[in-house]
Amino acid sequence: MDFLNAIVALSNFVLVPAIAYGSQLALGALGVTLIYGILRFSNFAHGDTMAFGTMATILFTWWFQSLGISFGPLPTALLALPLGILGCMAIVLLTDRAVYRFYREQKAKPVILVIVSMGVMFIMNGLVRVIIGPDDQNFADGNRFVITARDFKQMTGLDEGLAIKTTQGITVVVAIIAVGLLFWFLNRTRTGKSMRAYSDNEDLALLSGINPERVVMITWLIVAALATVAGVLYGLDKTFKPFVYFQLLLPIFASAIVGGLGSPVGAIAGGFIIAFSEVTITYAWKKVLTYLLPEAWQPDGLVQLMSTDYKFAVSFVILLIVLLFKPTGLFKGKSV
Amino acid sequence: MSGSAYQDDRGNKDRSITKAGSPGSATGARRKGTAVPAPGGPFLIGENMTGGYGKGPNILENCTIAVDEGEIAVIVGPNGAGKSTAMKAVFGMLDLREGSVRLDGEDITSLSPQDRVAKGMGFVPQTSNIFTSLTVEENLEMGAFIRRDDFRDTMEQIYDLFPILREKRRQAAGELSGGQRQQVAVGRALMTKPKVLMLDEPTAGVSPIVMDELFDRIIEVARTGIPILMVEQNARQALEIADKGYVLVQGANAYSGSGKELLADPEVRKSFLGG
Ligand SMILES: Nc1ncnc2c1ncn2[C@@H]1O[C@H](COP(=O)(O)OP(=O)(O)O)[C@@H](O)[C@H]1O
Ligand SMILES: [Mg+2]
Repeated sequence: MDFLNAIVALSNFVLVPAIAYGSQLALGALGVTLIYGILRFSNFAHGDTMAFGTMATILFTWWFQSLGISFGPLPTALLALPLGILGCMAIVLLTDRAVYRFYREQKAKPVILVIVSMGVMFIMNGLVRVIIGPDDQNFADGNRFVITARDFKQMTGLDEGLAIKTTQGITVVVAIIAVGLLFWFLNRTRTGKSMRAYSDNEDLALLSGINPERVVMITWLIVAALATVAGVLYGLDKTFKPFVYFQLLLPIFASAIVGGLGSPVGAIAGGFIIAFSEVTITYAWKKVLTYLLPEAWQPDGLVQLMSTDYKFAVSFVILLIVLLFKPTGLFKGKSV
Repeated sequence: MSGSAYQDDRGNKDRSITKAGSPGSATGARRKGTAVPAPGGPFLIGENMTGGYGKGPNILENCTIAVDEGEIAVIVGPNGAGKSTAMKAVFGMLDLREGSVRLDGEDITSLSPQDRVAKGMGFVPQTSNIFTSLTVEENLEMGAFIRRDDFRDTMEQIYDLFPILREKRRQAAGELSGGQRQQVAVGRALMTKPKVLMLDEPTAGVSPIVMDELFDRIIEVARTGIPILMVEQNARQALEIADKGYVLVQGANAYSGSGKELLADPEVRKSFLGG
């Protein structure tokens, strides 16, 4: 019984949250890795692109709510998501037209684009704050739980409850769908293959009649969709606050680099590695250990390796370790 | 570095923020010109081409290369003579300062490389001529990118021409041997069913046996009626199969004539064929 209780407590406080958070990071890291693979630079504006897409979705959600449209037990934001994605696509394409394209025409070195993306980051950051404000916005509605801790206890008769939030369930389902679609697109469709070809060898892609501007445009569209989905899922699960999205840049980059920049599979693996590390290291293990260990060994303290305030340090340390010992990332990115 | 602030990366080697390797070097992808009728002359000709890379010095000086229907034309010359540059110029991958390129009775000088592919030109560059991370079959599919019809029979023909590729079709092209990679490269260029094929040192870095084999395949392709414009290191062997030969020195035509004439020319023999 104690063993089962330990497992349930572990699932409740570590596994379920980490899987949800990992899915969100994976989606974010996929966007970063695609830009890196095709446009050759690390896009520092990605966190704020996520914020913009989420903001657009929130605005549409409020509009739907004011019209009395709802999605039953599911959050209205899911209905607004496609519109939010369109909004994000528009801003991203506009940015590419107004900013990045100029540098492509100059054949600017990628490191210059990195700095350019920082400029874009600040502008987009400001834009989001001007439009929706710097504060928290909670936009999740519908049923809060797929299963509550109390129901779970009644069902199983255990002391520990397992709660799964609707948003966590949605996160995993939507992430699986999005990743499935992305891989199908990249590996099975003519356009997807042409993106991989362009990422592999730009000159030869040109010789094959692949239009570089079209590849770049499609990449931005996909990235905008991924960023919005990642941002909305994160916002539903936690809360939407522009500054938090800016901070998300660190774990997202850590995920992409740990997995191997340029490698979509790596981005997903990296997302889960970072999420699980962050959650396990900042989790207070006292409860689980109390169930598992004999009375004499039971811990007095919280058995928390690090306070949650330091969760970003975890991504950073993992990032450093991977860069030191396996600089190409775990999944041999294109060429980090 | 070439004077432009945009090209100066200040020695950045940080691969966690920028991807290694050079981005595409080809200019001209954005060229938006159209072809103008210009009847007469050989099937494909780069005439009096003068030009270089970016704003750099002229690499080509009044260089002319051409190939006619049913022919194999071969360009030979010392390293750094500008043979590859001439091929790229014909394909529109660098901007000409003077001269013109004509294909099948049209002046295509202002066409972008991708438009030239659509006009029926196929090009196998000297280096990076395959997509290493794509499978052999995907390489061929990318070769057929501009085709919207069913290209399976073309793919079958290429597998018949290079049977080893059929065996390895699910393998990443980067894992193949040098000779097999060159077969993938030629196969990719043939997928559009080009009206003219340009090969830049198709036998570079392969063993003599594989080289003979590749030469045979190239002749086989030429027999199907595709004119071939080819740069070759192995001058003697190449000139033997050439209908037309060009010797390029420092970006200019030094000698030209039929393959046999060049092989017989004592000057050419002395300087380029080792006696
Ligand atoms: N991408 C490039 N940018 C600038 N200069 C180049 C480039 N490629 C080749 N060159 C220069 O052009 C000249 C001719 O090179 P190339 O055409 O490759 O010679 P070949 O193929 O005959 O050996 C050389 O001096 C070389 O340094
Ligand atoms: Mg060369």
